[in-house]
Amino acid sequence: MALLEIQDLHVEVAGKEILRGISLDVEAGKVHAIMGPNGSGKSTLSHVLAGRSGYDVTGGSVRYDGSDLLQMNADERARKGVFLAFQYPVEIPGVTTTTFLRQALNAGRRERGEPERDAMEFVKVIRRKTKELGITDDLLKRPVNVGFSGGEKKRNEILQMAILEPRLAVLDETDSGLDIDALKVVSDGINAQRSDDRGVLLITHYQRLLDYVVPDRVHVLAQGCIVKSGGKELALELEKSGYAEFLDAAAA
Amino acid sequence: MDAKTTDSAPFLDRLEAVDTDQPDWAAALRRAGLAVYREEGLPHAKVEAWKYTRLDGLTRSAFEPGISAPDGITVPDGRIADMAGAHRLVFVNGCYRAELSDDGLADEGIEIVNLGKPGAAPGWVAEHMGRVLDLDGMPLAALNAALWGDGVAIKLADGAQLQKPLHLIFLAAASTPAMFQSRHLLIAGRDSRAAVIESHLGLEGAPTFSNSVVEMILEEDAVLDHAKLVDETEHAYHIAATALSLAGQARYNGFVLTLGGRVVRNETRVRLAAAGAECCLAGAYVADGEAHVDNTVFIDHAGPGAASRVVFKGVIGDTARGVFQGKTLVRQYAQKTDGHQLHKALLLSSGAEVNAKPELEIYADDVKCGHGATAAQLDEDMVFYLLARGIPEAQARQLLTEAFLGDVVDEIASPEIAAAMSAALTRRLAGINADHGA
Repeated sequence: MALLEIQDLHVEVAGKEILRGISLDVEAGKVHAIMGPNGSGKSTLSHVLAGRSGYDVTGGSVRYDGSDLLQMNADERARKGVFLAFQYPVEIPGVTTTTFLRQALNAGRRERGEPERDAMEFVKVIRRKTKELGITDDLLKRPVNVGFSGGEKKRNEILQMAILEPRLAVLDETDSGLDIDALKVVSDGINAQRSDDRGVLLITHYQRLLDYVVPDRVHVLAQGCIVKSGGKELALELEKSGYAEFLDAAAA
Repeated sequence: MDAKTTDSAPFLDRLEAVDTDQPDWAAALRRAGLAVYREEGLPHAKVEAWKYTRLDGLTRSAFEPGISAPDGITVPDGRIADMAGAHRLVFVNGCYRAELSDDGLADEGIEIVNLGKPGAAPGWVAEHMGRVLDLDGMPLAALNAALWGDGVAIKLADGAQLQKPLHLIFLAAASTPAMFQSRHLLIAGRDSRAAVIESHLGLEGAPTFSNSVVEMILEEDAVLDHAKLVDETEHAYHIAATALSLAGQARYNGFVLTLGGRVVRNETRVRLAAAGAECCLAGAYVADGEAHVDNTVFIDHAGPGAASRVVFKGVIGDTARGVFQGKTLVRQYAQKTDGHQLHKALLLSSGAEVNAKPELEIYADDVKCGHGATAAQLDEDMVFYLLARGIPEAQARQLLTEAFLGDVVDEIASPEIAAAMSAALTRRLAGINADHGA
């Protein structure tokens, strides 16, 4: 049994079919990359997996660790180990990053029957991880993502992933808008997430990230369908030839 | 006195309960109040100042004065403003209760006088009582002037410093509908400094109607930190007028926090009479159920070079309603005025309502003034972001609601008062979003 099993998934947004029958298994220990042009349904897939409202699943199923993922609320999915790194992390004025991270961590710990971490313990937990990601203490005291640069927001997403230690991480264009240094830091963070009992679904438009996070499988998403799957070399192929042939294939 | 109750001016028959053995100043105040109240009556829909806040419901309960509280009443420490170490004066149903209050303050230069027996009040009370608040257009304050029964008067001598905050605690507890009209006076002498906190708490029982007036005079360079917490029951009417007069370089830091009540009106009227006077008035409210919370603020820039800043924020759920009326008047000779006011409301349900009416009336030509009002709902993108990190929905909404109100607490100058107000807000918000999160 794979960690994530997507079977013939159909999704509509406001009456328009965006995902037109996707099937995909992500096994524990593996990194799958989904590549595709703008408008192919990549972000829809990530949002449906995270449980955002406004998406109508009209067919198919998604199982996570053997359970029906679509039956769970967004917060329950997160507590059970599904993590979405947002393409556009949200700014939340008035809530400090530290408070936010601690409440998120403790919500998961409560779910697993583990004792909550108090403020002192929590500081110890995050200190090492912030250092690795080049995140300053000052940033932790600031409201969540408010006034953060694009790179800081993405690092903050990776920090959250490092602290919450999810079993399934879905990263939605986490590489977009990053300079080469930030890309390395973020890639290191993603590689640190790799382990035998965890899966990663990397959603990206560009091949660039895959130089640093080498995927086990690559899938091409075009017009709501997976039109081709292959090994890591598929990404290089795409980099050379572009998406044009897949758009034609999906339309046919 | 002709104390005839009519449909438009109820409660005047309650005057019979008022002690007739009155010193001249008290009798004059009663007459003045009676005249205005008889003329204006209970405000109806066409009275502009009360357009959004209707008091019709007041006549549906048979409110009586002099209702005593159940025996053995104690101050609920978990609900009042958490001001450990403050000097407490406790009122129950409008009457001072010595046995629940702290013993007399020994601070140098501070006089505290109970007003239950006006005949015994010193000359400074006679001289100043009723001089700050103009009763015209203030029918409820006029009713208070006619009927008031008890209160406290505080005087700080020039240069005096109140060592501990003064905590006035008002408990409302009755088994039959009760009304009470307390009246208070504070005179802060030149260069004096004090912190005064009011906690108004309703305990379960019959409906109550509290109609209070506070007058405060800040002389040159005086600094007053003042906070008011209102947490009445869902059957309570709480109508309050706080009137201030600030002399040159005096500074007033006020905060008004409303957490409960059926109909609450906090009206604050500030006269900045001379150069360099400064008023920073902020407030927050949480209204749910059928609550109606009205904050009305009038800032009168009567002297040049004074500054005022008014910031109120409210969270409104269920079918509750918030009202903000803010008026800043800048008189012709009040040049170099700096006056700003802002109201922001967060609506948690489709049945929640807010009426905001910010107004600037400016006759001087060299001023910096501004006002603004917004109403919004919780940002669902923010809610989803928190959910996506595993934070349960009720908790996520509470966190965002607290964040919305958080910066208004930051307006409070005193860290001790800010902490107490913040704690009271957090306690209150723990309940509200559990009902709205689904």
